[in-house]
Amino acid sequence: MERNPLRRQLQIMRKSLFDQGYLDEQFVQLEELQDESNPNFVEEVVTLYYRDSARLILNIEQALERKPYNFHKLDAYMHQFKGSSSSIGAKKVKAESTLFREYCKSGNGEGCMRCFQQLKKEYTTLRKKLEAYFQVARQAGPMETACRPK
Amino acid sequence: MVFLEGGFSSPRNDAFPAGLRVLVVDDDPTWLKILEKMLKKCSYEVTTCGLARDALSLLRERKNGYDIVISDVNMPDMDGFKLLEHVGLEMDLPVIMMSVDGETSRVMKGVQHGACDYLLKPIRMKELRNIWQHVFRKKIHEVRDIESLEGIQLTRSGCDLFDDGYFLGGDDTTSGRKRKDADNKHEDRDLTDPSTKKARVVWTVDLHQKFVRAVNQIGFDKVGPKKILDLMNVPWLTRENVASHLQKYRLYLSRLQKESDIKNSFMGMKHTDPPSKDSTASFGLHKPMNTMPDDVLNGTYSFSMSNSLAQSVDLKGQADRNRITSVPMAEPKGALSKDISDSQKTKSSQMSFDHSLGSVDSGVSFASFGSTNPSPYSWTNIPEIQFKQEYEPFQPENGFNQLPLPEPSMIEKEVNRSRTEVKPLFDEYRSNLVEHLSPADLVDLFPVQSKTQTLKNQVFNPISATKSSMKTKDISQNCLADSEFAQRNMNAAGIGVPLASLSEDLQICWLQGDGYPMNFALQDFECSEYNNPALIAETPFYLFGAPRFDHEHLLDPTEYFAIDQGLFA
Repeated sequence: MERNPLRRQLQIMRKSLFDQGYLDEQFVQLEELQDESNPNFVEEVVTLYYRDSARLILNIEQALERKPYNFHKLDAYMHQFKGSSSSIGAKKVKAESTLFREYCKSGNGEGCMRCFQQLKKEYTTLRKKLEAYFQVARQAGPMETACRPK
Repeated sequence: MVFLEGGFSSPRNDAFPAGLRVLVVDDDPTWLKILEKMLKKCSYEVTTCGLARDALSLLRERKNGYDIVISDVNMPDMDGFKLLEHVGLEMDLPVIMMSVDGETSRVMKGVQHGACDYLLKPIRMKELRNIWQHVFRKKIHEVRDIESLEGIQLTRSGCDLFDDGYFLGGDDTTSGRKRKDADNKHEDRDLTDPSTKKARVVWTVDLHQKFVRAVNQIGFDKVGPKKILDLMNVPWLTRENVASHLQKYRLYLSRLQKESDIKNSFMGMKHTDPPSKDSTASFGLHKPMNTMPDDVLNGTYSFSMSNSLAQSVDLKGQADRNRITSVPMAEPKGALSKDISDSQKTKSSQMSFDHSLGSVDSGVSFASFGSTNPSPYSWTNIPEIQFKQEYEPFQPENGFNQLPLPEPSMIEKEVNRSRTEVKPLFDEYRSNLVEHLSPADLVDLFPVQSKTQTLKNQVFNPISATKSSMKTKDISQNCLADSEFAQRNMNAAGIGVPLASLSEDLQICWLQGDGYPMNFALQDFECSEYNNPALIAETPFYLFGAPRFDHEHLLDPTEYFAIDQGLFA
C-alpha cells in the first residue's frame, strides 16, 4: 500500500473508477503510453477528448431538436462520438452510445432522447471524476507504472 | 541487413521494422494523438492527418515517402473506403482500416476494397506492433510478381527480403508461376469492373514485355510512367498502373543488380602474368603433375564430374601424395610455369567440366566466405603472392567448381596455424606455392563433396591418409600438423584444407574468390565482404568454384556467422 497519502488517495480514486465501471482497459493503455517524454499524456488525451467530444454532443443535441429525427444522421454522429469515447476508455459513456445507436436503428425517437440524457449525465460525471483524479495526480507527483485493476 | 532497395526514400534497412513510415488518417484528434504515441512507441516514423484529402496530397507529394497507411473508415470529407481505393491504385501501399464499428459487413467491405487489415477501436498497442508484416508481405509479393513475369526467381522465400540470400534455383520458378496464375485468375475479375472494386491491372507476360521494351527504349534513367504509357500504346492502361508497376520493376532490378554485382566482382578477377622469378617454388606441386599419368587425372576428374566426389578424393589424395613427396625445394625457376601450363592443358582436355553443375546449387556456399573478415587475408601481408594467368586455361575445366568451399573461419584458423608452423621451414617455398597450384592440387585440397553429403560430413580420410604417408619429412610434418588442424576444423566446417604446403595464401585466396563462371546464389551481406577488390583481384576464380550441389546442404548464413563468431571470438 502506498505510504504517501496523496499517492494512496490517487490509488483509491483510480481503483474506484475501474471498479464502478467508469473506465475500462483502454485507460490503462493510455497510462502505459505515458513516459518521460510525455509525463502527462493521459491527462492531455482526456482533455483533448472532452474538448472535441463537446462539439459532437452539440451536434447531436441540435439534431435532436429537429423533428422528425434524422436517424441516419443521429446514428452517424453517435458513431463518431462512440469512437471518440472509446479512446479514453469511457466505459459507461460508450455503453450509452451503443444503446443510442440501437434506438436509432429501430427508429425509436423517444428511446434516443432518453438515452441521450443518460449519456450526458455519465459523460459529465466522468469528466468531474477525472478532473479530480488528475488534480490529485499532479499534486502527488510522478506516478508509478500503471497497474491493472483487478 | 538490407531490407529493400529502390522505392524507399529513407534508409531504414538495418532496423526494420523500426523506422517504418506510417501515415495515420483519422478525423478524431484524440485517436490521432493516441495512435501517434502508440506508433512512436513501436519505433515507427509517424505522420498524422486529420483529413483524407490531406492524406492523399501528402501521399502524392512524397511518392515513396510512406510504407503503410492506417485510416479510419468514417471521415467527414471522404469515405475511408474511397481513400483506400485511391491509395491502393496510385501508390500501391498497404492500407489498414480502423473503426469502432466491427460489423462483418463493414469489415468485408474493407477487405473488398483492398484493406490488408481491419482494426477495431479501441486499438491496442500490440495490434500496431505487427503492422509491419503487411509491408513486408506486400513487398515479397510484388517482387515475386515481376520475377514470375521475367521468368526467373530471385526470392526463395519471404526471408530473402531480409537478406537470407539469393538463390537461382530452377525449382522456384514453378512456384512463382503458379502464384502468378493464381493471381491472374483473381485479378481478372477485378479488371472487368473497376467501378465497384479496386481495379487491378493484370500484368501478363506480354504486357510486361511491352513495358520492358518501352522502358529500354526510353532509357532506364530517363523513364517515367507517362513516357512508358505512351510508348506501350495500351489504351486501357492508366498512368497509375504503369507507375506502380514501374516501382515494382525498379525493386526487382535493384535486386538483380545487386546479384550481378556480386557475381561480377568474382568473375572479374584478374590474372596477371607471373613474373618468371615467381614461378619458383610453386613447382613443388606442379612439376610432379607434369609427370603424372594423365589417366590418373582423368579418373580424378571424371569422377568429379559424376558427383561421386568422395571417390575422387581418394584418387586425388594419391596424386597429391605423390606430388607432395616429390616436392623438391630447389627447382629451376623458369621451368615451372611451363610445366604448369602443360599439365594444365593436358588436364583440360580430360576434364569435362560441366558448368551446369556449378550453376544450380553452387550458390550459397560461396556466400559463406563473404562473412569472414577480409582483414586476416589482407594481401599486404603476403606481398609475393600473385595469381597468374596460367590459371585461366583451367577455368573451363573446372573440377574445382565442384569443390566445396572451405569454411572461411576455419580456413583462417588454419592459415594462422600454418603461418606459425610453416614459416620456419618453407618460407620461400610457401610464398610461391600458392599461386601455382594446379587444379589437381586444389582438388586434393578441397575434398569434393558428394551430393548427399553435407559440409559437415566430409570425407577427409583420404586426405589424412595422404598426409600420414607423406615421405618428405619437412613437408609431412607440416602437412600432418595441418591435417590435424584441418581435421579439427573439418568437424567444425566440414572442409579440410590439409596441405600446409599450400599455405595460408592459397587458403586465403581460396576464400576470396568466386570461381563460378556462372551465377549462383549469394547472400548480400557476405558478398559485400567478398567484394574486397584487394582480395579478389588476385585470385584465380576457378579456385573457388566448388558448388554445393544440393542447396539443402548449404549452411545457413546464420550458421556461418555462428561458426565465424565462434572461431573469431
